[in-house]
Amino acid sequence: MTDATSDPDKIEAPTPDNALRAADAADGPMLAADGTPLKKSLNRALRAQKLRALLLIAPLLIFVLLTFIAPIVDMLFRSVENQIVSETLPRTTRALADFDAGTGEIPGEPVYEAAYYDIFLASERKEHTRLGSRLNYEQTGASSLFRRSGRGLDDIGEVYQDQFEDLDENWDEAEPWAEMMGSPEWLNAQRGWTEEDGAMPEFELREGVAEVLPKTAEFYEIFARFTQVEDEDSPLEEEPWSMVHTALYQDLAAGDVSGYDGPHAEMLQAADELVDSPDFETVSFTDGFEEVDEDWADPEIWNTIKMYAPPYTTGYFLNAVDMEKTVDGPQLRDEDERIYGLLFKRTMFMSMVITFSCIALGYPVAYLLSNLPARSANLLMILVLLPFWTSLLVRTSAWKVMLQQQGVINDVLVWLGLVADDSRLVMINNQFGTIVAMTHILLPFMILPMYSVMSTIPPSFVRAARSLGATNWTAFWRVYFPQSVPGIGAGSILVFILSIGYYITPEIVGGTTGTFISNRIAYHISSSLNWGLAAALGTILLVVVLVLYWAYDRIVGIDNVKLGG
Amino acid sequence: MSDAVVITETRTLPYSFTLPVIGAAGAFFGIFVGAAQGSTLMGIIGGAVICAAIAWLALQVFGTDQEKTFRWAIVAVAAVAGFLLGGLPGLVVGALFGWFIGWFTYWIGRSRYRAFLPPYLTGGQVLWHYSFRVLCGAIFVFLITPILVVMPLSFNAENFFTFTPEMLSFDPEGYSLRHYRDFFTSNDWQQALWNSVKIAPMATLLAVSFGTLAAIGLSSEHVPFRRAIMAILISPMIVPLIISAAGMYFFYSRIGLQGTYLGVVLAHAALGIPFVIITVTATLVGFDRSLTRAAANLGADPITTFFRVQMPLILPGVISGGLFAFITSFDEVVVVIFVGSANQQTLPWQMFTGLREQISPTILAVATILVAISIALLSTVEILRRRSEKMRGMSPS
Repeated sequence: MTDATSDPDKIEAPTPDNALRAADAADGPMLAADGTPLKKSLNRALRAQKLRALLLIAPLLIFVLLTFIAPIVDMLFRSVENQIVSETLPRTTRALADFDAGTGEIPGEPVYEAAYYDIFLASERKEHTRLGSRLNYEQTGASSLFRRSGRGLDDIGEVYQDQFEDLDENWDEAEPWAEMMGSPEWLNAQRGWTEEDGAMPEFELREGVAEVLPKTAEFYEIFARFTQVEDEDSPLEEEPWSMVHTALYQDLAAGDVSGYDGPHAEMLQAADELVDSPDFETVSFTDGFEEVDEDWADPEIWNTIKMYAPPYTTGYFLNAVDMEKTVDGPQLRDEDERIYGLLFKRTMFMSMVITFSCIALGYPVAYLLSNLPARSANLLMILVLLPFWTSLLVRTSAWKVMLQQQGVINDVLVWLGLVADDSRLVMINNQFGTIVAMTHILLPFMILPMYSVMSTIPPSFVRAARSLGATNWTAFWRVYFPQSVPGIGAGSILVFILSIGYYITPEIVGGTTGTFISNRIAYHISSSLNWGLAAALGTILLVVVLVLYWAYDRIVGIDNVKLGG
Repeated sequence: MSDAVVITETRTLPYSFTLPVIGAAGAFFGIFVGAAQGSTLMGIIGGAVICAAIAWLALQVFGTDQEKTFRWAIVAVAAVAGFLLGGLPGLVVGALFGWFIGWFTYWIGRSRYRAFLPPYLTGGQVLWHYSFRVLCGAIFVFLITPILVVMPLSFNAENFFTFTPEMLSFDPEGYSLRHYRDFFTSNDWQQALWNSVKIAPMATLLAVSFGTLAAIGLSSEHVPFRRAIMAILISPMIVPLIISAAGMYFFYSRIGLQGTYLGVVLAHAALGIPFVIITVTATLVGFDRSLTRAAANLGADPITTFFRVQMPLILPGVISGGLFAFITSFDEVVVVIFVGSANQQTLPWQMFTGLREQISPTILAVATILVAISIALLSTVEILRRRSEKMRGMSPS
């Protein structure tokens, strides 16, 4: 111990003592052991600590963001997303821009022309039925209209196709078309292509053809690429769709092809002459559409398409609150079509009834548990915790067993003679069943928070009130009850949040009158496939729950959630 | 309560009080017997007279000296009467009734109900005290009956969802293990069980490993945006399951996880995380940080400190969080219906389909097995909680 090096005053290395001494000597800021100012050093340590905490949290945060928050955000997005119309009918959407919906008139020929090409392409891609079912949510009958039109629109093109074919067989052959439209390099590559080469050489337009025959070139290119990629056939072997013939007619009628000097120039010249001759039979797109289905001559379908053309829509949300888009802006639906308002109201009402019955049943039990000696309270607590831990499906099936007409309760009542055998009580597949089963299922969620609040209330308060002359009731109502209110609040919000989004129990014991909004959401996801509406309903429900969650956080604090007593 | 101290002397109450009270109880039971036999009025009168007579016999003729003999005699007589009226079930009900009325007679007649209450209570307060207990008892019955009813019904020999006459007369023919046999031999159920067993532990593992790390991070004193992070991590518990299920269905089908094992595991892990966070942070509240500092001071690196010092102390919390996560995944049905495909059909899903479509009591056998599992889990969590509180020096409540 007498060794000089163990004497703190003799050590030269940075020690706390030396640092303090140095700080005194320098008369500057206080220094840490390594000579940096203490404040800076502490800040650095704090930063390191923060960083460490964040690094520990980061994996989970990223996990939750990816697996949980992203799906929720995606659902919010889906509730307004509406790209299907503008993606499937791009030309029509553009042509409809000038169309004035609500005048009761049908749009002009250009719109029908655009719609002809769009629907024709969509039906080749098998997308027209999807669009039809999308529009069917807004206008009944749209689905079958699009299905019929996908087949029927061939008739327009066949008028031209037949006439060109009568003039020259080559118009119905694949090879001449390809030679006329494709670039020589592509033709060579395509001719030399075999199965083993893998992907086919991508179709290229011949230089100059797009100036002479703009529409024909545009649609032939789409046809050729589609044939190559989707059907995996060579455009050299497949004659083009009748739509291309329609485009050819339009080009020939609109312009002069005398400047064309590519392959098959004489064939094209002959066709041009044919088109110009008075005998050539034509059909306007408007008439053609009307031929396919009379509904196309009704402005309603055009109004609907125009209304749902933008890539984002409020339509799903309007639907979810029983409104619909009309040409005069959003309006309430007819009285007999309003179902979601009713469902939301019913969900709210039933959740409130469930919450109140949980308070009524939970309060006495929580009071008893918190006023009994610890041993008996723990024993009784098991009776609360056992249902809490039992599978939800078990409890729901138990209630199905209990409440059925041939179930345990009815059997006991009949056995006791309280109910006649032929007039058994109907207690399931209605609101009563849902309320009873859900009260039972959610009761532990009410009792546990109430219990944890009530066990902190000192019994001496009530005794003091009694000794000061309060009656039993006054002592309870004025002294005990106000202190237990936080427990009621915590339990109620928890139960309400849980019950408002319940799905399984109402589905099994609710029948038709005891179902919640969540059952409707599930129906739209799995049966009607109206995902946008499901997402909109879900979003509204989510907002309600988040507001309650915020209130819960304010009143109780999320950190104070306790599980299992 | 048996060790509670008697604080009020008991005494024999006058007949003017005892006989009407016990007579009223008898009349109440008489309603049911009478209704079952055809005449409610006769039941009420008969019940009242018989019970009043029993009370008089008990207090006047037998007294407290021969209490035991007399009570057994009542049980025997009531059981025989029950058997004559209603066969074997009647015998059980009768014996129970006899036991109750014997106990009730002495309890009321000898004012034993006051024994454990302060002597200064008024009659009304005593009445309220016991009515309140009866009310709470009824609520406990409401809580526990559905779960208890399932168990005997699962041994039903018939394909019924209710007690058959054979079961009620305790005929061995009425009971069988056929629904359990169904469960263990049916391919559907075994596949479902196997799927549950495959999914839940993986989800639990993910939730526990990520959740414990994050809870340790969250418990340090300086966490920026603590509230916001906490809100995000807890949100899977708050957002209604149907919304989580819808969102996950849309999103997972976009990225090709819908209908895969991985998708279901990830979804279930996300749902279990809040429980792990809550239980582990609760354990860490009482954690003494000087222990880790001491370990670091003694030369342990952070990993050693974590596994040798911190982990053993918070282990009870981690395990009970894990059990919560496990039961969440094991019981979960809404999300798996949407995110999973037929290949991921779990036990609750199979039960749900069973309840909705073809109703078979095999469900009750499964339910009984699940109740047994939850009792085991509940006991484990309780033991862990007490152990954890003991280790952290709190007195177990």
